Amino acid sequence: MRKLIIAALLLLSPTVLVANTGGPSLLDADIDLRDQASLQRGAKYFVNYCMGCHSLQYMRYNRLAQDLGIDEITLRENLLFGDAKPGDLMENAMRPQDALKWFGTAVPDLTLVTRWRSSDWVYTYLKSFYVDPTRPYGVNNVMFPLVGMPHGLSNLQGIQEPVFAHDAAAGAAPVVVGVKLVKEGTLSAKEYDTMVRDITNFLTYAGEPMQLERQRLGVYVLLFLGVLFIIAYLMKKEFWKDIH
Amino acid sequence: MSAEKTENLSWIDKRFPLTETWKGHLAEYYAPKNLNFWSFFGSLAILTLLIQIVTGIWLAMNYKPDAALAFASVEYIMRDVDWGWLIRYMHSTGASMFFIVIYLHMFRALLWGSYRKPRELLWIIGVIIYLAMMATAFFGYLLPWGQMSYWGAQVIVNLFAAVPVVGDDLSVWVRGDYVISDATLNRFFAFHFLLPFILAALVFIHIVALHHVGSNNPDGIEIKDGPKGNRWSPKAPADGIPFHPYYTVKDFMGVVVFLALFSLIMFYAPTMGGIFLEAPNFQPANPMLTPPHIAPVWYFTPYYAMLRAVPPMWGSQFPGVVVMFGAILIFFVLPWLDRSPVKSIRYKGPVFKVALAIFAVSFVVLAWLGMQPASDLSTLLSQIFTVLYFAFFLLMPIYSSLDKTKPVPERVTA
Repeated sequence: MRKLIIAALLLLSPTVLVANTGGPSLLDADIDLRDQASLQRGAKYFVNYCMGCHSLQYMRYNRLAQDLGIDEITLRENLLFGDAKPGDLMENAMRPQDALKWFGTAVPDLTLVTRWRSSDWVYTYLKSFYVDPTRPYGVNNVMFPLVGMPHGLSNLQGIQEPVFAHDAAAGAAPVVVGVKLVKEGTLSAKEYDTMVRDITNFLTYAGEPMQLERQRLGVYVLLFLGVLFIIAYLMKKEFWKDIH
Repeated sequence: MSAEKTENLSWIDKRFPLTETWKGHLAEYYAPKNLNFWSFFGSLAILTLLIQIVTGIWLAMNYKPDAALAFASVEYIMRDVDWGWLIRYMHSTGASMFFIVIYLHMFRALLWGSYRKPRELLWIIGVIIYLAMMATAFFGYLLPWGQMSYWGAQVIVNLFAAVPVVGDDLSVWVRGDYVISDATLNRFFAFHFLLPFILAALVFIHIVALHHVGSNNPDGIEIKDGPKGNRWSPKAPADGIPFHPYYTVKDFMGVVVFLALFSLIMFYAPTMGGIFLEAPNFQPANPMLTPPHIAPVWYFTPYYAMLRAVPPMWGSQFPGVVVMFGAILIFFVLPWLDRSPVKSIRYKGPVFKVALAIFAVSFVVLAWLGMQPASDLSTLLSQIFTVLYFAFFLLMPIYSSLDKTKPVPERVTA
């Protein structure tokens, strides 16, 4: 029997190798949904820098304000633009046909981006723009080759140049494996990292606003079930003591 | 309840067999006293079906089966409906838990030989339930209208197009359109709402059949054929104990443990790392953009791996479709493939044990392979494990009759 188990394991071992997928490695976004200051800053950055093009069409302003501890006056003064009301969804005025003309593609809504891309992906993406004169807006991205959008935060971050792989075969197009900062923007590299982490943290919150609530509720449900199990176990034992 | 009936109860009993049903199916239904861990999954399956029906009805109160509104209505449930997120996660977790429970329930039947005489029909009804469950899950997976909903349905419905001659017409008939569209979403919603009630009816028939032949047990011994007379009745099987209260209290214990595991997933890992809720499904369906890698949900992936394992023949995918459906339909004939003189794995010989282990491993590995992007290696492995999967069934008449068995005791063992 033991030989058979070993044989079965050996038979399975090649399958482990298949799991290794390529692509650039992701940086750790170090998400902390309890860090309200970070979430508030992230919301502010998002509304100011991203929302001109990217909507959060499943998220409501007042839900965000409530969850992030933002009072209504601050909400109205800092986050609401134009005719937006606190109960509105966080949509924007960009028309899909304009987006197609300006960027060659529809601009994705970002409410759930951390759920289909992952938080680490978003964080890494925001740090992976590099200059590429062949692109319409002069930038490309390691995480998203031929990305259609400009680098909206480039004044803050500065200019990054691509790092090419050394082992590329002669004549082959060089492969971009990373970026290096060549000219600092208005923020230091550390400040920029904090900023994009805040944005990523906020987008992670927006992807699942009830995440903290479900984790909190889960404790009580599991405690209840734990007590119920003791009762259920003792009851079973009591009933079954005469069965041999 | 004492022998003396209340006035109200006898009024009811003259008009409806309430006491008779209670006794026949619970208080005086004698189940073997040696049922173990594996027998929890029957009652858990009923519980999961109930969870799915109740949460499903509440979801339907806010869900919009409309291609333009469906995705947003799910996010509306997750964000704006009171407790909507909990009901939705219960339903999405429940779907996967239902399949886990059913797969363990079916594996139990393989361990105990519960498909053998006199339980062939019980087994066949069970396989029909399994088919109805898969249909329900397939229809339901389209409803969130995410990328994987859309493209998963596209791939599966295209299987019908591989049927010779009528295939194209058949797939259009299923979709109601040339592609997956609003028309498809509407009809899938209608079927997803209907099928659970048919499932409930099938479960009822399953239990009627079970209570007619009696429950099997880890020894695979018929307690009805053994000596008579126990503490409760001189005519009842000596090794039987009343289902209620003995197994109701025991199953209740199982229910609490199950709900704890269920809650652990639902509250702390509702996507189960992208296995219960696939990441691409958080993107709205886009008919113009095929995702780089399409995989059905985990409970379908063993069959999906088999589909991909079969190369196209005569320019058609049909052989793969036949293998895939064959892998499910072969369960129907299982009662007549097993020629072993004994039922339970406890008294079967080493060959059957190894065969069952290989079968279980094949199923799990195929499930894993079905989730991975196709490569030459994964296709080769899928082919090997598909052959092993079918070998378990097709070679069973030979190895089960040749295998050395152990003597079966007269009475159930503790």
